[in-house]
Amino acid sequence: MSDETLHIPVEKARSPLAEAWEMFRQNHLAMVGLAILILIVLGAIFGPLIYPTDPYEMVWAPFSPPGQEGFLLGTDYLGRDILSQLLNGARVTLIIGLAAAFVTVAIGITVGALAGFYGGAIEEALMRFTEFFQVLPTLLFSMVIVSLFGASLPMITFAIGVVSWTAVARITRAEFLRIREMDYVMASRASGAPGMRLMFTVILPNSLPPIIVQSALMVGSAILFEAGLSFLGLTDPNIVSWGQIIGSNRQYILEAGYTVTIPGLAIFVTVLAISLVGDGLNDALNPKLRKR
Amino acid sequence: MEPLLKVENLRIELKTRAGVAPVIDDLSFELGQGESISFVGESGCGKSMTALAIMGLLPEGIGRVASGRILFGGEDLTAASDRRLRDIRGNEISMIFQEPMTSLNPVYTVGEQIAEVLRAHQGLGQRAAWTMAAELLDAVRIPNPGRRIDDYPFQMSGGQRQRVMIAIALACKPKILIADEPTTALDVTVQAQIFDLLRDLRAQTGTSIIMITHDMGAVAEMAERMIVMYAGRKVEEGPVADVIAHARHPYTHGLISCVPHIVANLTEEREELTEVPGIVPGLGEFGQDMCLFSARCPRVTEKCRSARPPEAMLGGSQVSACWHAEEV
Repeated sequence: MSDETLHIPVEKARSPLAEAWEMFRQNHLAMVGLAILILIVLGAIFGPLIYPTDPYEMVWAPFSPPGQEGFLLGTDYLGRDILSQLLNGARVTLIIGLAAAFVTVAIGITVGALAGFYGGAIEEALMRFTEFFQVLPTLLFSMVIVSLFGASLPMITFAIGVVSWTAVARITRAEFLRIREMDYVMASRASGAPGMRLMFTVILPNSLPPIIVQSALMVGSAILFEAGLSFLGLTDPNIVSWGQIIGSNRQYILEAGYTVTIPGLAIFVTVLAISLVGDGLNDALNPKLRKR
Repeated sequence: MEPLLKVENLRIELKTRAGVAPVIDDLSFELGQGESISFVGESGCGKSMTALAIMGLLPEGIGRVASGRILFGGEDLTAASDRRLRDIRGNEISMIFQEPMTSLNPVYTVGEQIAEVLRAHQGLGQRAAWTMAAELLDAVRIPNPGRRIDDYPFQMSGGQRQRVMIAIALACKPKILIADEPTTALDVTVQAQIFDLLRDLRAQTGTSIIMITHDMGAVAEMAERMIVMYAGRKVEEGPVADVIAHARHPYTHGLISCVPHIVANLTEEREELTEVPGIVPGLGEFGQDMCLFSARCPRVTEKCRSARPPEAMLGGSQVSACWHAEEV
């Protein structure tokens, strides 16, 4: 037998994850996005420690433009330090973005997996349910939830999650439909795997790539969503987030444009960075786009 | 002795657009302890369906056992609960598939996939299962198993993957191994290695093997007894040597004469390679009260078209379902 006698230097075993990272690294835009994202996350974690000005305190005259009196980004209509607000708000904004994306993915994967795996009447019922949510105007629906149940952070997160899980559910279902017909699923069945194991340890890991990409993009859209709700005043006024800064300064948009422009830019850059990373993930995880 | 597996008058119906078709029509056979039998026939004759029925894996909502019994150690598998079937699958009866390239889960290492079965059925701990997995890789003759155990399926060749499939199938020392065309997708030298491996493992473990194939060479190499299927029915059964020496059904005869003989120099006198003219009838024509092979048979008579031939015992061990079995 030839493969016993031949000693060819074998390439070291690389997990699919390591290979995806390799692909991702070659994508310059995605790496730029990732770098920006890391900076923003670091700023959110360490910023308030390095720059300890209280974001809720009136520290100077209202509407001081950026750069004056040592306040790098100026002050808002109540004389609060915008830089400090930005750093503290980043935490809330990112947490809402991640948490809402998590809610989205949790609901979406559960619904999509059950529909795609069991098929038949279950699929029919779940997909009609999904379509029902799809046709609801998302912003309006989340506004209703938030104004009915109060504008606390958990409720805002929940509201964003509830209106945006449908895309994940449809992607998950589509992937499950494709992968449940694979030979290795039949082989797993033939070695006695019960339904739950087939669903979550055999089919789900193989359907993850598009779901991961979608989830990454979900973080971005959740941040935008939160900004939208905050702009309309549907937010907790006692907790500073980027959207909330814009919302509370919106009456002064003409007199002191920077008060809305700066947090707006922060949101824009963050969402752009997330999109770039999401795109990079898509290229890295989608075998059809791989340059071999 | 009571046979290990006894299939009695099995009828499997498949829902098609045109209606319900019997893909397996009144099939009976027995498999003894440690015995190796082969199912032979063209594509679409119901060989794989038989295997899936034994495993309890008929396509849900499409195929079902309409009547008959599958007795495994006296227990009727057609009436067993899902939980019981899951316990049996991979543990007491396991199966390897035709396509080694796609039958392994691409996101787990081969070690994880072997260990998984051991943990699920034998209750082994993580470490014990891993050690056992390495031993199994060694048993299926994967060189350097200690290192290959961390390989992902894409890092292995087709032959190696099929060995891994065999390792998974044999991990729990099953009583029956069903091999559904295990070598069809592999090239000839690898085929021979896989057959060697299966034969040796069978000798060591005493596992009974049901091999499904359309390759007469594989049958001659692997099995003691063969069952020839045509259009969902058993047309001939008997010891491999007897059947090949003297087929008692025109279909078997046709299949055997399809196998080319390798000759060193092609001369004019060499034996003409024959074929069985025509194709297997569509599912819609299954189950009629006639010989379904009659349309392709060189010996067809009026009787063949009007009644299904009964299974007749010939020469003590061979069974043939042909009106003209005596003359063939």
